[in-house]
Amino acid sequence: MSTKVIEVQNLVKRFGNFVANDHLNFDVYEGEIFGFLGANGAGKTTAIRILCGLSSPTSGHAMVAGFNVKNQPERVKKNIGYMSQKFSLYEDLTISENIRFYSGIYGISRADRIERERQLLRNLELEAERDKLISSLPLGWKQKLAFSIAIFHKPRIVFLDEPTGGVDPVTRRKFWELIYEAVHNGITVFVTTHYMDEAEYCDRVSIMTEGKIAALDTPAGLKQQFDTDTMDGVFLKIARPDK
Amino acid sequence: MRTLFYLLQKEFIQIFRNKTMLPIIFLVPLLQMLILVYAATFDVKKINLYIVDKDLSSTSRQMVSKLGGSPFFTITDCSFSLQEGEEAIMKDKTDMVIHIPRNFERNLMREEHNNVQLLVNAINSTKAELAFNYASMVIRNYNNHIITSWKGIPDFKPLNSVEIDDSYWFNPELNYKFYMAPGILAILVTIIGMFLSGMNLVREKEIGTIEQLNVTPIRKHQFIIGKLVPFLFIALFDLAFGLLIAKVTFSLPIVGSLGLLFSFAAIYLIGILGLGLLISTMCDTQQQVMFSGFFFMLIFVMLGGIFTPVESMPTWAQMLDRINPIYYFMRVMRMIVLKGSGFADLKNEFISLLVFGITMLSLAIRRYRKVA
Amino acid sequence: MKRFIGFIKKEFYHIFRDVRTILILFGIPIAQLLVFGYAIRSEIRDAKIAILDRSHDEVTRQITNKILSSGYFLLSENLQSENQIEPALKRGVVKEVIVFENNFGKNFRKEGVAHMQLIADASDPNIAKLVTNYTRAIVNDYVKKEFPGMKMPYEIEVQPRMFFNEVLKSVYMFVPGIMALILMLISAMMTSISITREKELGTMEILLVSPLRPIQIIVGKVTPYLALSVINASVIISLGHFVFGVPIKGSVLFLMTETMLFILMALSLGILISTTSQNQMEAMFKSFMMLMLPTILLSGLIFPIENMPTVLQWLTNLMPARWYIVIVRDIMLKGADIFYVWKETLILIVMTFVFIGLSVKKFKNRLE
Repeated sequence: MSTKVIEVQNLVKRFGNFVANDHLNFDVYEGEIFGFLGANGAGKTTAIRILCGLSSPTSGHAMVAGFNVKNQPERVKKNIGYMSQKFSLYEDLTISENIRFYSGIYGISRADRIERERQLLRNLELEAERDKLISSLPLGWKQKLAFSIAIFHKPRIVFLDEPTGGVDPVTRRKFWELIYEAVHNGITVFVTTHYMDEAEYCDRVSIMTEGKIAALDTPAGLKQQFDTDTMDGVFLKIARPDK
Repeated sequence: MRTLFYLLQKEFIQIFRNKTMLPIIFLVPLLQMLILVYAATFDVKKINLYIVDKDLSSTSRQMVSKLGGSPFFTITDCSFSLQEGEEAIMKDKTDMVIHIPRNFERNLMREEHNNVQLLVNAINSTKAELAFNYASMVIRNYNNHIITSWKGIPDFKPLNSVEIDDSYWFNPELNYKFYMAPGILAILVTIIGMFLSGMNLVREKEIGTIEQLNVTPIRKHQFIIGKLVPFLFIALFDLAFGLLIAKVTFSLPIVGSLGLLFSFAAIYLIGILGLGLLISTMCDTQQQVMFSGFFFMLIFVMLGGIFTPVESMPTWAQMLDRINPIYYFMRVMRMIVLKGSGFADLKNEFISLLVFGITMLSLAIRRYRKVA
Repeated sequence: MKRFIGFIKKEFYHIFRDVRTILILFGIPIAQLLVFGYAIRSEIRDAKIAILDRSHDEVTRQITNKILSSGYFLLSENLQSENQIEPALKRGVVKEVIVFENNFGKNFRKEGVAHMQLIADASDPNIAKLVTNYTRAIVNDYVKKEFPGMKMPYEIEVQPRMFFNEVLKSVYMFVPGIMALILMLISAMMTSISITREKELGTMEILLVSPLRPIQIIVGKVTPYLALSVINASVIISLGHFVFGVPIKGSVLFLMTETMLFILMALSLGILISTTSQNQMEAMFKSFMMLMLPTILLSGLIFPIENMPTVLQWLTNLMPARWYIVIVRDIMLKGADIFYVWKETLILIVMTFVFIGLSVKKFKNRLE
């Protein structure tokens, strides 16, 4: 836990009078799973979009994979993977065509692609579905595929914006196995979620309310700090500090 | 370059996989062209004529039979009351009423001059004007015939006269289809290009895939070109196919150089596709793209001179046409196809279309933001 | 019922929140009226001509002056030789080349007959014909005036009397057409696309499982467009009447009733298209290719139906706009009432029911 892959200092994002991100400060270290929790509208998605170079910060400083998101967003993009809430594969292309397209954009050589594609399909047990249209697959498979394709070009960091929305707990569990595997392969994972059980899987968790980071620690540290047994408890105490 | 290849590959797969869009892209426009070219004609063929002959002399009857014998007119009804004739027009039963006054023949002989009235249903002004012209022509011919036979001279000629010879170049038969086909093709190709490219990009916004692309290191110009090239090919293909069909079905003469025509078409289409993409970078839904696109299309097409001459338009409209790409392309199409005009004749159009193309394309690339 | 009203409110909000679309929606008819009313002219004005005068005498000069002062023609260039004719026409500026023969004036006065040639660019056949006709008329007029003694014996003069529109104002014809076009655009096209959009984005499924009945969903989606269409129709009629002076001889109430009928027809057509389309692009191209262009070209708006080949004339019967245009023209220009236009009205009613019936059938099939 030495190298910082994400450094955020006094990051502010305003939309008119509305402050979506209010002076965020945090670092993410290489190889960790960094959880970003918060209610809907707390500013998670805004922050992740800034870090991915999809949105420009109003003020403050953010470095991702050694590049400044404000001045060098295209350099940042070479080093990251991203999977959004919205489903991001082309429904009218097959699995294999989606892989070919995205690896083409990232400039992966043909030989590498074929090798990695074979691995990926074996890993997900989708060899038989290789030439099926994405639209014909169940949602859980699509999400696992979307994740695998998001890290297909072996980025240093992968950003996951509520990746498991709308799937059953068993599928979610399997999805997290994929995340652990990615970490095992040296990819740093930055994940937003509002499932508290998922927060437990993270190395460190930050909790956002109203555009600010209200707390940041390991799950165990947070539970201790707020004197409760579950992440749910932590979250409730932060969300309603008066109780 | 490799990135572009993958982008194009993806677009083509998607286009050819969509089984419902394929016929719409490739067949419907051509069907449209065929139907519309036959429909779009000012050649008036059948004019309904109502006779009010109050004279019933041999002269008036001969004149009526001359009109009836002309291929343009069909005599639908007759009466002796002008009022009934007017009513027939009111009820849309007839296009024109000829009113021959009482004692027409006698007065014509006595005074060497007399009038007939033509009452024209002018709700459709073009048709009215043509109908009136045809009828006057028939009557004038008959008039000459009377003069020669009454005067007993073989051919009446005034002492001094100017003989005027008409010749109609590039389309001696005055075939209206030759005029419409290139114009309609120009419009169809424009529609295909502008809406396919524009809606395609916004569709990626709507379904969310564009965000995935935005986090990749893909370059702006690669993305825009990747969205442009497939539709450029489709539109050019439609153009080629359309010309071929026009040639086969109604022997449209293609006098000029096809190479020149397609080079111009490519430059024009790059501009149009660029405009489509520019619109779509500013819209969030396909509905918005469609509407904004329509707004431009309807005005530019109407002002572009497809149906009516630009020279007859007021100055403001002519000024507007200076920035109207459809106007230039319409000219180019007709000039190359029908007249065989060469590059030297089209320098002005070339520069205008080039400027348009470069402007639209660079604006589209500039406006497309990978940052929301 | 409360839920239903809430849903309609939401749909209204969706549309009216989008200021740009609203602007365009109201901009289109206004721009169209301006373009048709002021810009589209089928008569000739300022047509550019070139003259090849081999004679350069008093008579040719006088004829040239007559032609150029008529208002129809502008001199673009004086040609020196025959070889320059083709290049001049190919450049596409010059519509007609007038050639006076050698010794034109001398021939005219001494020989009694002089020759001139009119070479027209017939790549636009109508213009070519009109241009030569006008030139001919000017020259004949000149000859008549120069030699008043040469009056034709037994001349039959033809006096025109144009009905409904003495000055041949094209706006009279265009206003009903534009109404048909705009209403088609808003009602049929917008509806089909907005319903298909829900399908494409998957929100239709959510609506279908909601307690709203399918018919309520459809009515809810359609109501805002109905309102927009009615507003737009009123705007067009008022503009046509107050700005362009198109008369409304018949009853305004009756006109609006017929307009409502046409809008309902267009809305049901839009619903039908949406039931047969998978995505918005499909719906848009179907509407465009099957509604817009045919509405412009096959309804008699620009091109007279009588001139078309028989097969196409038969086809125009299927165009709802064709019947609506007849109705509007008859009401506005002729003061017609229901007894004049019952046939057209009946056709529109039948069409509406057919479209609704087909959509219901399609919709049910999809649910099963």
